[in-house]
Amino acid sequence: MGPDATSPLNLVDLDSLLDDEERAIRDTVRELGVDRLRPHITEWFEAGTVPARDLAKQFGELGLLGMHLNGYGCAGTSVVAYGMACHELEAVDSGVRSLVSVQGSLAMFAIHRFGSEQHKEHWLPRMAAGDAIGCFGLTEADAGSDPSSMRTSARRLGAGDDADWIIDGSKLWITNGTVADVAVVWARTGDGVRGFVVPTDTPGFTAREIGHKLSLRASVTAELVLDGVRLPADAMLPAARGLGGPLSCLNEARLGIVFGALGAARDSLETAIAYAGERQVFDKPLSGYQLTQAKLADMTAELGTGMLLAVHLGRLKEAGSLAPAQVSLGKLNNVRAALKIARECRTILGASGITAEYAPLRHANNLESVLTYEGTTEVHQLVVGQALTGQSAFR
Amino acid sequence: MKIVVCVKHVPDATAKRSFDAADHTVDRAGVDGLLSELDEYAVEEALTIAAAGDGDGEVVVLTVGPEQALDAARKSLQMGAHAAVHVVDDAVHGSDAFGTSLVLAKAVEKIGSDTPVDIVLCGMASTDGAMGVVPAMLAERLGLPQVTFAAEVTIDGTKVTARRDGDVATETVEATMPLVLSVTDQINEPRYPSFKGIMAAKKKTVETWSLADLGVDPSEVGLAAAWTSVQEVAARPPRSHGEVVTDDGDGGRQLVEYLAGQKLI
Repeated sequence: MGPDATSPLNLVDLDSLLDDEERAIRDTVRELGVDRLRPHITEWFEAGTVPARDLAKQFGELGLLGMHLNGYGCAGTSVVAYGMACHELEAVDSGVRSLVSVQGSLAMFAIHRFGSEQHKEHWLPRMAAGDAIGCFGLTEADAGSDPSSMRTSARRLGAGDDADWIIDGSKLWITNGTVADVAVVWARTGDGVRGFVVPTDTPGFTAREIGHKLSLRASVTAELVLDGVRLPADAMLPAARGLGGPLSCLNEARLGIVFGALGAARDSLETAIAYAGERQVFDKPLSGYQLTQAKLADMTAELGTGMLLAVHLGRLKEAGSLAPAQVSLGKLNNVRAALKIARECRTILGASGITAEYAPLRHANNLESVLTYEGTTEVHQLVVGQALTGQSAFR
Repeated sequence: MKIVVCVKHVPDATAKRSFDAADHTVDRAGVDGLLSELDEYAVEEALTIAAAGDGDGEVVVLTVGPEQALDAARKSLQMGAHAAVHVVDDAVHGSDAFGTSLVLAKAVEKIGSDTPVDIVLCGMASTDGAMGVVPAMLAERLGLPQVTFAAEVTIDGTKVTARRDGDVATETVEATMPLVLSVTDQINEPRYPSFKGIMAAKKKTVETWSLADLGVDPSEVGLAAAWTSVQEVAARPPRSHGEVVTDDGDGGRQLVEYLAGQKLI
């Protein structure tokens, strides 16, 4: 299935920036979305959950999980292909895209980049296939934008490098938490912040689902509690030392969000364009009014320029020259733009726009979470501000 | 086991489709095309059959059509077919089912010239022409048994057993390889191309043949050789607004009268 002829992204000829492989991957994810996700998404959103295991298996068969990583059963696609897959998933729902981001860019990436050979061989092929689900524990109740204030700690049970570890603490807002087979948990040690590969069936590990969410309802969000969790010495990720480890994972996931958030925006805009063409107001379609067209044109400009930025950042990443501040710029701009577009689309839908029948308000609700997670808007403004002025204004 | 799957590149039904003003053939250049959905079932069945048994079956996908028809073969390669043959020749333009089946038959013979072909698999019909006769014609030209519209297929050695679902009865048909087999959209659920499949497809062999390569005389195919010709095409008139019944207390009666008038009740 090719892109819709009336898709607003055709105005920037996005297709011409993608190679055959990237287009084929984009089209395949879009097809999967139409066939297997869209028919159920309203039901999942209303129920406040998602069949994560079943989806992970289907995504694994396709090659979506850890798709831009190499080896260990991962597909090894381009960064832009990964971005376009996130874009298509988030065009369905941010929650579904979050499942894939956390699995691939946070949990699998952490193991792939920082893990021992044994970690990689044990976990990555099963995670790529969707047979094992991962989560990523960095944020805590009182440590969000400031992860260095984390309280979760790991201590050696005895002397020497062979001694077991004991981890105590808790993590909050953890996507996939209650369905995960493995958690990558970051904890304070005598040697700075270190990462640990924690099988979720380890005694002392519990996950509790967070309910009553008004956003990202088609996603599993949890609190992790680690109460004297005892792990062997080799559970520690050997190659990550300090906060640079988890922050590099977040940068990886953020790039997917730079593409993804605008998927939700595109879906909102396509919905609004279709609705405006059918809805008769006074004596002509809503789309025939100048105020509507001004909205549609402005949103299409925002969407198009945001996608050009996304693809550009993706290409920089492929070339190995992408700086963290550039990812911050992308996340700052594109998520904010997406949320604005989703809300504006809701105004075109009128009262119908407040029902679950139309996606824009669901997307807008979801994007409130996306605006906050993986670095809040404010944090990204400070990262960009620091890059511009050389002055750190975080504290 | 060597399986040839015949696939067709068709205009995307969700796009705006049109006919060429000069010769009334389908405009294939001006519209996005894709692998005919009904052929995806044939590709899936071929891949399933090839993977069964000792798993060393080979699936060659065959398509006839202009340059962009290669996309249909490419999608089949992404799904897992091993190699592709694309017959492209300006003289093929406008071919009917007779011409198409001739080109396909010659191509199947050429594909089988090194190792023989066991099964020629087709979808039940194309989603554009929708004739559904090419598999039968192909079998006739190749001198092979034909099992068409199979909704279920089981393979036992060289014996192929197929279930055909008719309107009033279900038939079970047996044939021996080599044969021509066409399958319906009830037979399986076609797989999505996996990302690894998409990436691997680039490295697979695609042979491009002309009519001369197949020894087909251009005068036997194409628009001029077609047994029928399209005299005129016109767009379907836009759907008119339905009849509005104003309920002045007798709305129910008016509805019943309307339905009765249409012989719907």
